[in-house]
Amino acid sequence: MSNERSLAKTLNRTALTRRLVQRLTHQEAVVAGIGNTNFDLVAAGHRPQNFYMLGSMGLACPIALGVALAQPNRGVIALEGDGSILMALGCLTTIANVKPRNLTVIIWDNGIYQITGKQATATGGVTDIVALARGAGIAHSEWVRDEMHFDALLDRRFEDGGPLLLAAKIDDQPGKGRPLRDPPLVRESFMKGLGTSRGGLPDA
Amino acid sequence: MTWSEVILATLKENEVRLVAYVPDNILTPLVEGAASDKYFVLVGATREDEAVGTVAGAYMAGLRGAAIMQTSGFALIGNALASLIVPYQLPAILIISERGTMGEFNIGQALVARTVRPTLDSLGILHHTLTDLATLRFILDTSIKQAFATRAPVALILSPLLTGGNPASSTQLV
Repeated sequence: MSNERSLAKTLNRTALTRRLVQRLTHQEAVVAGIGNTNFDLVAAGHRPQNFYMLGSMGLACPIALGVALAQPNRGVIALEGDGSILMALGCLTTIANVKPRNLTVIIWDNGIYQITGKQATATGGVTDIVALARGAGIAHSEWVRDEMHFDALLDRRFEDGGPLLLAAKIDDQPGKGRPLRDPPLVRESFMKGLGTSRGGLPDA
Repeated sequence: MTWSEVILATLKENEVRLVAYVPDNILTPLVEGAASDKYFVLVGATREDEAVGTVAGAYMAGLRGAAIMQTSGFALIGNALASLIVPYQLPAILIISERGTMGEFNIGQALVARTVRPTLDSLGILHHTLTDLATLRFILDTSIKQAFATRAPVALILSPLLTGGNPASSTQLV
């Protein structure tokens, strides 16, 4: 386990998600993975640039990569839990090689599959997400030391020139919001938020 | 034009610029053709569900895409189709090279290939098997247009009748 990880303060996902959303002033897109990640993004206040997954565990980063490629001038943030990213570690290597400068990946790491009954994940054992991400080739991969460090890391993301990955050690408190379980509505709202909805009236 | 040239030209005509793929012997000319044309945004994914996720995100942000894979890779995307592509009404173009039939040497490929059409049928995903150059452009062009017009995925299965099958087969089948 890296020293950086052991120095990271244990934070709260609900509070950090609110902190993130308050800093989004350029209509950044946010793609939230399933479960508590998603619930806390809703709790931080709905934005049209939010995409809420309802399944497809592990695909928040690939979806966010697609958004980042399509709109290279928009900041794009993927939010994932440790269990989800462990299911899809290969996507970190893809992101590292594609090098989207507008993509930030944030991993909420509490070392448990919280929603299924708090069973341990590999990061609850010996696995270090930031070390994995650096090994994948995402050079700008950092453990969040505390709230101020989180803010500072987010402020740097456009100047760094490549994708950024942040991992935050979080507690086991559940997410606070309730997601909208209406996929076409979520998709259409997101597309309106990104300016890609074709709009119009219902067809005959 | 070869089959791969027709596919790339038809993708281009329909403004499908993103090609997210996991490689296959059969797909080599398609992937290399896309790589040598700056029109296309090529993403080499590590898994097929990752390719599908990237195509989904790109579509929502205004970039049309196709996910390209072989039949065994299709077997990895069931959850991405059932919980992302179909319920969110996302027009993913799935191009699948068909292994497992007409001269397959690998029993694993032969078995997993049989899951493709039943899986597509069970999810109500429209699919066509492309077998010849004469009908390739028509099927592809109309299917892509329909997918985007109706916001529904479509699967296009590249039969060995079209592609000649896996070039490795000739040395493996005895």
